[in-house]
Amino acid sequence: MSTELRRPTRQVLEPDLPRFDRRDLEPNARDALAGLLLTMADDEFVIGFWDSEWTGIAPMLEEDVAFSSIAQDEIGHARLFYEMLAQLTGDGADRLAFGREADEYRHAMLVDHARSDWAFSIARRWLYETADAVRLEALKESTFTPLREVVAKVRREERYHLMHIDAWLRGLAEAGEEPRARLVEALSRLAPDAPSVFTPLAGEELLVEAGILAAPMAQLAGRWSSAAAETLAKLRLPAPPVEPPTAEGRDHRPPSDAFAWLWGEFTSVARLEEGVEW
Amino acid sequence: MVSALATARPLESAVWAALHDVHDPEIPTISVVDLGVVGRVEASAGHVRVELLPTFIGCPAIDVMRASVEQRLAGFADEVAVEISYAEPWTSERITPEGRARLRASGFGPPGPALDDDRLLPVLPVAECPYCGSRDTTLENAFGPTLCRAIYHCTTCSQPFEQFKAV
Repeated sequence: MSTELRRPTRQVLEPDLPRFDRRDLEPNARDALAGLLLTMADDEFVIGFWDSEWTGIAPMLEEDVAFSSIAQDEIGHARLFYEMLAQLTGDGADRLAFGREADEYRHAMLVDHARSDWAFSIARRWLYETADAVRLEALKESTFTPLREVVAKVRREERYHLMHIDAWLRGLAEAGEEPRARLVEALSRLAPDAPSVFTPLAGEELLVEAGILAAPMAQLAGRWSSAAAETLAKLRLPAPPVEPPTAEGRDHRPPSDAFAWLWGEFTSVARLEEGVEW
Repeated sequence: MVSALATARPLESAVWAALHDVHDPEIPTISVVDLGVVGRVEASAGHVRVELLPTFIGCPAIDVMRASVEQRLAGFADEVAVEISYAEPWTSERITPEGRARLRASGFGPPGPALDDDRLLPVLPVAECPYCGSRDTTLENAFGPTLCRAIYHCTTCSQPFEQFKAV
């Protein structure tokens, strides 16, 4: 087949962001910002792929549609964060998304677990969405304009995710019996990993100083855990720990079996042929 | 009637007119202009620049719209640049009255007022049934067949319908 006939169905990732001059940032702050963007992109990318696993097999049709839509939103957000990171470091968004080894991803431990059952996916998404909302809020007045603009748009979409997952948390908690028992078990299993979203970043004090991020991660963790504990207590559900997150919350050397499998799935097409388009 | 813009800036005016020919691939009755997806348009001799504002970040239709706009504007200037922008976020308030009428005519409920920016757990605004105009409707699913749509049911005329989400 001649190469002219090949029509890619997927576009190569191209920067969709306003161009910015990376030299406008002080080099150390730039490195710290790159670290922040990588963690945000990886979190959204990985939870997006896990939740896309429900497409076609969710317990009801409405949730098949909802989880698929939410997963698509998250992967869209990841794309923007990878593009911004690529502009910042001179790397490629496609390489960042699909071209790294499994142990190079920096997603939070919270999203490192396999999809498991429905209650587990609900519990995990509730913990993640509420934590992500606190992190996004800390960026809404960021002095780094491209990020502030994108965050404004992302937050408008995330409100639908929060509304959806909050209704499910309450629904399972109030259902009693097996749904509640499964939810309690999932929350207990996930609780130790929940603060990992706020794993301290190298050089984060420079981001706070430059007004790029409103507060250090440990402070954001505290803000999130007290708000989360309040909601969970009302539903008599196990609360996440109040201890600050540890430095290992995003270290995947070596990667877990669950993530190694997922990585194999989402990189499978990219690994077939270098530079392939689909 | 010749508008003030057409007289003062004929190229820019021609670009806007041409953009009315480019339609949303997912709801083909509405143009990208009426959907509010077109941000700034700059036109000077030899150069046209159009900003597109995505409705939802992960929406695959934006790539199609961008390609369609590039195709429609080819020949308007030596250099035609179509760029995606987040400088001003797209919100459902950007849909024009004409766009709302076209949504209704296609069986879509137009979006209600946009949600307040800082409420963590918002309440969805009431949707209006595109068939009978009733506001006695219930939300069936905040997520629909595309990222920008929610599914409602009209209690008055018993019809399910899709609403263009308020964001």
